[in-house]
Amino acid sequence: MIGESVRMAWRSLMLGKLRAFLTMLGIIIGVGAVIALISIGQAATGSVTSQIQALGSNLITVTPLRGAGAVLYYPQDVTWLKQVVPQISADAPLMTGSVVSVYGSQNYSTTLMGTTPASLKIQGRSLAAGRYLIASDITYRRAVAVLGQTVVEQLFGVRSPIGQTITVNGTPLTVIGTLKSAGGGFGANQDDVILTPITTAEEILGTNQISSMIAGARSGAVAPLAVAQIEAVMTARFQNQNAAMVVSQDQILSTLSTITSTLTMMLGGIAGISLLVGGIGIMNIMLVTVAERTREIGLRKAIGARRGAILTQFLVESGILSLFGGAIGALLGSLGASIMATALGWSGGVDSSSIVLALAFSLVVGIVFGMWPAMRASRLDPIEALRQG
Amino acid sequence: MPDVIRVENLRRTYRMGDVEVNALRGLEFAIPEGQMVAIMGPSGSGKSTLLNLLGCLDRPSAGRYFLGGEEVGRKSDDALADVRNRRIGFVFQNYNLLPQLTALENVELPLVYRGFGRAQRHKRAEDALAAVGLSDRRHHRPLELSGGQQQRVGVARALAGEPDVILADEPTGNLDSQSGEDVLRLFAQLHGSGRTIVIVTHDEEVALHTERIIHLRDGQVTSDEPVPESRRRSLGEVQGL
Repeated sequence: MIGESVRMAWRSLMLGKLRAFLTMLGIIIGVGAVIALISIGQAATGSVTSQIQALGSNLITVTPLRGAGAVLYYPQDVTWLKQVVPQISADAPLMTGSVVSVYGSQNYSTTLMGTTPASLKIQGRSLAAGRYLIASDITYRRAVAVLGQTVVEQLFGVRSPIGQTITVNGTPLTVIGTLKSAGGGFGANQDDVILTPITTAEEILGTNQISSMIAGARSGAVAPLAVAQIEAVMTARFQNQNAAMVVSQDQILSTLSTITSTLTMMLGGIAGISLLVGGIGIMNIMLVTVAERTREIGLRKAIGARRGAILTQFLVESGILSLFGGAIGALLGSLGASIMATALGWSGGVDSSSIVLALAFSLVVGIVFGMWPAMRASRLDPIEALRQG
Repeated sequence: MPDVIRVENLRRTYRMGDVEVNALRGLEFAIPEGQMVAIMGPSGSGKSTLLNLLGCLDRPSAGRYFLGGEEVGRKSDDALADVRNRRIGFVFQNYNLLPQLTALENVELPLVYRGFGRAQRHKRAEDALAAVGLSDRRHHRPLELSGGQQQRVGVARALAGEPDVILADEPTGNLDSQSGEDVLRLFAQLHGSGRTIVIVTHDEEVALHTERIIHLRDGQVTSDEPVPESRRRSLGEVQGL
């Protein structure tokens, strides 16, 4: 009987192909938008996640909380921290300040970061050219600098900076190396930086306070333990609950994932509204169809169609409309998403579960919005219905 | 012959606002199996109301209606749908064929609702189309057929369900006289093969093709008499059947 209903529904829909297509269009756009936006959102999440993971998954950042009574960190705190927290394999100070760098006639405002050799590995960075800071650079306060790619571009353009001398806040520094780009990150641009030995930075910035400390956990597994341990020892050392805000890369990652998946869901939800509008379109057309086919309904009832048979017939029609619309929409949405992903260089295709979900949802939309018109059809009085038209 | 149709004190009252309209005021008659009857009357006589009741499209307000020995006047909507499907073959003035279906599919339609399989439906529908002489038109759609042919498809649809009675509502009303005669000839032939046929009409010429005329006026039977042989119209064989 249901096979017969599908056949009959198909015949009726084929009578008005343009109308059927236009009715489906609402569902096509709705489902297409849901699939495209969710896929793009997921691809963006994946992209962000992998970028952050590239920064070194064991990275822990220790920063004093700002505000009244904020504590100050000094380089000796770094040495001490590594001794009291066994879960970290290395740590390094970061002394940052805004500076103006000059090379020839070019000048560029950027961030100076005084640090130690361990910072390269902890931050998961690597060199593009030259060498990184070494222990003797720190000891002898050498006037050397390692440049991020943004600074290289701004001061040197395409020329090689290695061996050249730049001036940072009036202090000449010899460029000994450049960093590989960290990629488009979130928040601060990781490439817009000049790295110098911490001892040299102390002279240029005229301070011996450090802004923060970074540490590498021995493994991803002990990272949470290391975070807790650092918080405990810092609080004890400074006798201050606000001595340190300790954040691991994992925490940043999960926070960001939460944000991006919330955004993805929100986008999907907004697209879902258009699916709803498509459903209303189906209801509208089905009501018109029922009105137009009153005679047909009357005849079918007269020759013995039960209420249920009429109900099924119209539900199947709206179901076919929405399911077909959903299938076409899923196809177009996936296509759009993969074109977008390719254009932006993101990996990851369309999730098959989101296609199944969208198809199921569109079928539900068709049946829910087709229900009222179908009920109307099934309740028609055959005498009245036959009299019409 | 047992009665196919028997009505006892059949009444139908409509309520229009505060006014009660007595469309049928206690009809009594029976139609034995194999009879061909005309129901006549001017408009407002209760003809259509009676047709709706006999066709199980409506329920009587009072009185009883037996169809094939079974009282059908108190059944539920779905039960009445089944009665219409199995026991009644409708022939409409305007044919009421579905334009999206072929002649064969239109004839099959009642059998679809009876839950017949495809092969069985085809067989029955082919036989019914053959009986009305339209086997060669089975794959045509209604709009590709003449009015007379469409009505013959309508008759085939009524026949396909093997009903107890064929109920025809002004079956020649939309046809030219030649096509009308063809349809009446078809009815005569079906009557000849033992079918029970009830034709509702206001056209005396049509009614004179039957063997009994029931006259209605103001919801009551005013006369119920056999058509005398002397006045009977008879038609020769249908061409090409």
